[in-house]
Amino acid sequence: MRNFSFSRFMFWAGLTFLYLPMFILVIYSFNESRLVTVWAGWSTKWYGELFQDTQIMGAVKRSLEVAFLSATSAVFFGMLSSWAMVRIAKFRGKTLFGGMITAPLVMPDVIIGLSLLLLFVAFTQLTGWPRERGMLTIWIAHTTFGMAYATVVISSRLREMDASIEEAAMDLGAPPLKVFFAITLPLIAPAVASAWLLAFTLSLDDVVIASFVTGPGATTLPIEVLSSVRRGVSPKINVLASLIIFAVSMVTFTVWYVSRRLEKNRQKAMADDFLIE
Amino acid sequence: MAKASPTAVNTAEKSEVLVKITQVSKTFDTTWAVDDVSLEIKRGEIFALLGASGSGKSTLLRMLAGFERPSQGTILLDGDDITHVPPHKRAINMMFQSYALFPHMTIEQNIAFGLKQDNMPKDEITERVARMLKLVHMHQYARRKPDQLSGGQRQRVALARSLAKQPKLLLLDEPMGALDKKLRTEMQLEVVDILEKVGATCVMVTHDQEEAMTMAYRMAIMDLGKIVQIGTPRDIYESPNSRNTAEFIGSINIFEGRIVDDQESQITIQSPDLDTPIMVGHGVSTSIESKDLIYAIRPEKTMLTTGRPSQHCNWSEGIVDDIAYLGGHSIFYVKLNRTGKIVQCFLANTERRYDAPVWNDRVYVSWDEFAGVVLNS
Repeated sequence: MRNFSFSRFMFWAGLTFLYLPMFILVIYSFNESRLVTVWAGWSTKWYGELFQDTQIMGAVKRSLEVAFLSATSAVFFGMLSSWAMVRIAKFRGKTLFGGMITAPLVMPDVIIGLSLLLLFVAFTQLTGWPRERGMLTIWIAHTTFGMAYATVVISSRLREMDASIEEAAMDLGAPPLKVFFAITLPLIAPAVASAWLLAFTLSLDDVVIASFVTGPGATTLPIEVLSSVRRGVSPKINVLASLIIFAVSMVTFTVWYVSRRLEKNRQKAMADDFLIE
Repeated sequence: MAKASPTAVNTAEKSEVLVKITQVSKTFDTTWAVDDVSLEIKRGEIFALLGASGSGKSTLLRMLAGFERPSQGTILLDGDDITHVPPHKRAINMMFQSYALFPHMTIEQNIAFGLKQDNMPKDEITERVARMLKLVHMHQYARRKPDQLSGGQRQRVALARSLAKQPKLLLLDEPMGALDKKLRTEMQLEVVDILEKVGATCVMVTHDQEEAMTMAYRMAIMDLGKIVQIGTPRDIYESPNSRNTAEFIGSINIFEGRIVDDQESQITIQSPDLDTPIMVGHGVSTSIESKDLIYAIRPEKTMLTTGRPSQHCNWSEGIVDDIAYLGGHSIFYVKLNRTGKIVQCFLANTERRYDAPVWNDRVYVSWDEFAGVVLNS
């Protein structure tokens, strides 16, 4: 730092506050010791141990599965409800619908979890379906609250989008479904992607609702981690967390790199157009 | 069918009606946005719908495009009833006020979009797109995206896109609304040039009377969902059929008065605002019940003198209340002695220096007997 200024200081202080804990966590994932808080030299042995722990690896796989499925279905329903809220000017019960669709945002997880549990139990008694609670019920539960977040994200983007762009496409001869896939979807794609990621993360993160609606053999990662921490924190958890951080950074970096490449190619093509003339 | 002679066919087509709107109304809840409008648009003409916001002109345009369904009435395009045809099946294209270019596509792709919907062969699309880009002088920008263009360039692209499918009817929604004043006048003439070059029939909506008068062959004035008057810009400016139209287009001085002498070839009107009676050099159809009339006269058709006119009618005395010097002409606001009514007079500044009246000068406003319009309402 050549010249010290307050804003520069705050910038670094903020970054440190955000990232130092993660940095320490990554360092401690290479710890030799079996105690998380005591440093005993470098080692990668816990990485090996993690991959051999079938219980944790099973939980990781289940969690990713549930997160993927529920994020996808949440985004699908979120798009439908956003479209109804934004593009249909008026329908009976619109205000009520708008309030209900976003209610899970402000509802405590405990209430959502408990009410869904009661619903599933009642359903099982009445119709015999679902036979037992497990992956399916977690998927349904995560879809309900993921959909609320997806609706908020997608509808705000849809509202910003100039509706005459869709009208122009229709005017130029595209039938409604074509308009959606050729015009609307590409334009709201960033919002759809962030809604998906948000729903994915929330699902991956959720422990309260999942605990209510889970059943035998459907332990998700957060539940697994929480129960293993109760037995004493293992360095394997550090390793797992480090790997998640690494995966997230790689995805972010790849997205940034690819979009920059595409933009550069287009800039170059544009410059060429003028050279030819 | 064999064509006898190209010119004969052309003139026959010119007079033919392309769009026929019959008694169309549109209601939103309880308000009548468009109220019993009938209109014919001829092949090859540029027609303007002019009106203040909320006059129903945009709703009428959107009904032509198919985005709104008329509550009543029918719309015929080239003889076919298109009243209930959805927008993507109409041979009508529209240029939107916001241009509505697809931001995720290049200029080329934007123009090709409509052609692709018709499953046109690829090489034909490429050829047509190139031709459209040449037409609007945008061929260098083919691979740009809309956000890398200026306002005027975006408008050219929007125009090219709406013309690419060679629509039977082109709709322009406030075509110059998003441009600044200088660019606007340039683009108005350029757009008219392009439309004439491709021979498009065009209906435009605007609230800017100068734009309508520059671009359109005929125009309709709309107010509260109804068409008040249809005619060429000159017809409407020189012979407005109501006080509303007269006041909406340009500026005008209005005098209320009553007939004191009604003859076949001339009438005399007495107005409380004026020192002398108004003499009109032609007969006027008057109603029997009411002798009350409105006399409307454009500011540029009045004369402003410092000496008292010699005739016994068509002038009034006043003092200069305000002057707006606009370069090409000046507007004098004259306060009449009788009632204090303010009258506008235009004076062309044809000489660089001359002794024009100044503030608080005593002046005489006069006009000849064919200068004004007599209105019943």
